[in-house]
Amino acid sequence: MSTTETPTYKKKDFVSDQEVRWCPGCGDYAILNGVQQAFATLGVPKEKFAVISGIGCSSRFPYYMDTYGFHTIHGRAPAIASGVKIANPELDVWVVTGDGDALSIGGNHLIHAMRRNLNIKVMLFNNRIYGLTKGQYSPTTVPGMKTPSTPYGSLDAPFNPIAVALGAGASFVARTVDTQIPHLKEILAQAHAHKGFAFIEILQNCVIFNDGAFEHIVGKEVRDDHQVNLRHGEPMVYGKELDKGLRLTPNDIEICSPAEASVWKADGPTGANAFRLCQGSETAEVPVPIGLFRQVERPVLEDQIHAQVNSVTEKLGEGTLEALLGAGETWDVD
Amino acid sequence: MTTAQPEVPVQELDEVVIRFAGDSGDGMQLTGNQFTNTSALFGNDLATFPDYPAEIRAPVGTLFGVSGFQVRLSSNDIHTPGDKVDVLVAMNPAALKTNLSDLKEGGMLLVNTGNFGKRDLEKAHYSDNPLDDPSLEQRFQYVPLDLNEATLKAVEGSGLSNKEALRCKNLLALGLLYYTYSRSLDVTEKWLEGKFGKKPQILDANLRALRAGAMIAENSELFHTRYSVPAADLPKGTYRNIKGNEALAMGLVAGTRKADLRLFYGSYPITPASDVLHSLSRYKNYNVYTFQAEDEIAAVTSAIGASYAGALGMTGTSGPGLALKAEALGLAVMIELPLVVVNVQRAGPSTGMPTKTEQADLLQAVFGRNSEAPMPVVAAASPGDCFHAAMEAVRIAVTHMTPVMLLSDGYLGNGAEPFRLPAVSELPDIVCNKATAADADGFLPYSRNPETLARPWAIPGTPGLMHRVGGLEKEDLTGNVSYDPENHERMTLLRENKVLKVAESYGPTEVFGESSGKLLVLGWGSTYGAIRGAVQRAHSKGLSVSQVHVRNVWPLPQDLGEVMSRFDRVLVPELNRGQLCRLLRSEYLIDATSLPKVQGKPFGSEELLAHIEEILA
Repeated sequence: MSTTETPTYKKKDFVSDQEVRWCPGCGDYAILNGVQQAFATLGVPKEKFAVISGIGCSSRFPYYMDTYGFHTIHGRAPAIASGVKIANPELDVWVVTGDGDALSIGGNHLIHAMRRNLNIKVMLFNNRIYGLTKGQYSPTTVPGMKTPSTPYGSLDAPFNPIAVALGAGASFVARTVDTQIPHLKEILAQAHAHKGFAFIEILQNCVIFNDGAFEHIVGKEVRDDHQVNLRHGEPMVYGKELDKGLRLTPNDIEICSPAEASVWKADGPTGANAFRLCQGSETAEVPVPIGLFRQVERPVLEDQIHAQVNSVTEKLGEGTLEALLGAGETWDVD
Repeated sequence: MTTAQPEVPVQELDEVVIRFAGDSGDGMQLTGNQFTNTSALFGNDLATFPDYPAEIRAPVGTLFGVSGFQVRLSSNDIHTPGDKVDVLVAMNPAALKTNLSDLKEGGMLLVNTGNFGKRDLEKAHYSDNPLDDPSLEQRFQYVPLDLNEATLKAVEGSGLSNKEALRCKNLLALGLLYYTYSRSLDVTEKWLEGKFGKKPQILDANLRALRAGAMIAENSELFHTRYSVPAADLPKGTYRNIKGNEALAMGLVAGTRKADLRLFYGSYPITPASDVLHSLSRYKNYNVYTFQAEDEIAAVTSAIGASYAGALGMTGTSGPGLALKAEALGLAVMIELPLVVVNVQRAGPSTGMPTKTEQADLLQAVFGRNSEAPMPVVAAASPGDCFHAAMEAVRIAVTHMTPVMLLSDGYLGNGAEPFRLPAVSELPDIVCNKATAADADGFLPYSRNPETLARPWAIPGTPGLMHRVGGLEKEDLTGNVSYDPENHERMTLLRENKVLKVAESYGPTEVFGESSGKLLVLGWGSTYGAIRGAVQRAHSKGLSVSQVHVRNVWPLPQDLGEVMSRFDRVLVPELNRGQLCRLLRSEYLIDATSLPKVQGKPFGSEELLAHIEEILA
């Protein structure tokens, strides 16, 4: 049947007719390109995609995707996406958000969506700054940073988005980088294949207000030595020549030879090792992990909701208007 | 079991107002509800007024912990639970103190003397025992009874502890009243069997207390008269006793079924709206999906998401929750999707008085959003009318592609009355504006139905209709983002006119009484019954008074100005500081008179009648 054939798409099939309005050099261009490439390979009819965003630079994203798109209000995209997914589980629901949108004004919705484990995918573009409101510090800004609202330096302790996601019980937690397109596509494909909530932090450069915020992790010269790519079931090996490894000891994370490297497990009962790893300092010798921090199977909320509705309907029969109006104790007046 | 003994005279009454008052743990709501259901099934017309504190179990015996349930049963068509009460059941000193002033002279005062110890009196701030007052016997038909002792005696040998046994005393009181008002115990016995079927010990104790109450009344000299209130002559049909919040939920389900849509209700618990969530969550086999969200904002935004995905999204709350939803409602206005927003109003700003009633969210409903964000507003008039108002809200939302505010309040939501069940054929048809894949060629998401100005509902999943919506200003027709000044003004007017056009779908305004005259009493929402009662009494006194009750509060009916112009004066009673009156004055430049009340309590008919007489004097 033609309706069940896997559609074949190219990247351009996901490019909308709208002019992209991000600043030249913004990391969002690279992410848009990566997402359009990734969507073309997922085997999903494009009318099934609903791309939902909040407010901020990153949240303009849906306008540039030739799918169904919904640019909502500040912080609320996970809640809106929850309603979309419960009302119609057939849709492939992707949320685009930023560090301010997801972790500040929308923090509550994000953690509850993760706890509920709806089958939606959240891409958090983390540039550690408020861009659209012109450069104030965000909940991921490094302490001490001078911004228009912190002229003497920011005092707030930042959130680690991965730690937040692990703590809130997200069943899929990953990190990737705006300019590392093959890695980004690989993570998006894994997130899509995951049955449940997927949280993807994307390190993204804001060329205007926080240029080079992640240069010490993603710069071409340093990235091989300063990143380790977490792959489930594979040893934690890194370096240009894959000549270094990471080893988890009971109390520490140590650099070791590739042969001594620990094999990374993204499942496990607690996510304790993922939590340890994501805490790694960005200035120390230990590299910053990207890739898959955690992936576990948990019941998916919209599946459970629909199963419950179906089982009640099976038991009681489909409600009719006659049954609705005639319920309860009634009496007749002649 | 209680056959009337021939020597006890039975006096027939047109109606009676009974109030059960006790501690919030005394089961007064249950007792009142049982008396109500029994009377409803007997065929009385009735109206109820539960009045309880916000504290779930306030400290025992305190004045602020008093819980009351008032029911008025009648053999006539009635509209309110009554002003003064004929019978007061006071389970403790605090209940006596807070309720005695509402008892009519000559009314029956049944007091549980078992709770009038020194400590009980202190908690109610009585320095002397009020039962020592000899005037009680002169002013009222005074029935002092130790219900505690009677209950313990009745359930003796049941194996329950004293504390557990005393919990049955409300059923003993109920039994007393059942006998006195010639009511059968059957409905309550059946209900108890259903509730405690798996706890035979508790069931047995409760049944014994109930029957003992009836027996005591039959044998005590204190009850020298029995009364009966004959069945009311209600319009032909099938009835059920229904609370406003239940009727509202039923109306939302019925409307959604008529529109052939999936119902999604996102809500966050809040008094007095939570019962709507509870009711809807039991309707799962009606294609109903309920979602208890993490907060009020998620409740409304999840509903917007559901509407975006092709279900009919709804949310329900009370005033403080509505304030939190305001920004999201602006989004719903902008994206022009159907949405029903229920506000079961409560008293006061901020937390105010959550369990008390008020109608002070009218202007919030009509105007309470940033910028120009118009929205139709529908108001329910009585507990049963919550059903019809809910269907009307669904009709407007779906037909006109707009968020709709549905106003109820605590008095309607918790109050009950016999509800004539409409036949399925009486329910209005509701037609959706869905676009299909056949519309793909040149599809414009912000094109409009010329009659309603509604835009097409293009649901994700439909091939060929991919488009983007959002809170940024839309370009006319395409829905693309636009900062064009002329376009913004055009879109603002389109949104405004779309809402104003809803008024074209209303029937003519109904006037109760003469179509012109000296005074028009114009109300909206839950004041309907009190106004109707007052106007009926004014008619019997030969006064030139008519009533108009506005169901569609926004946009106002197109003939309303003309109707009002036929009267010398317009009086607007409202449980707020004059919000509809302000709206009428600004819309019609008429000199309407406001009659405001903000005590957390509904109007009484006598109270309104006094104002009417004063104006016409």
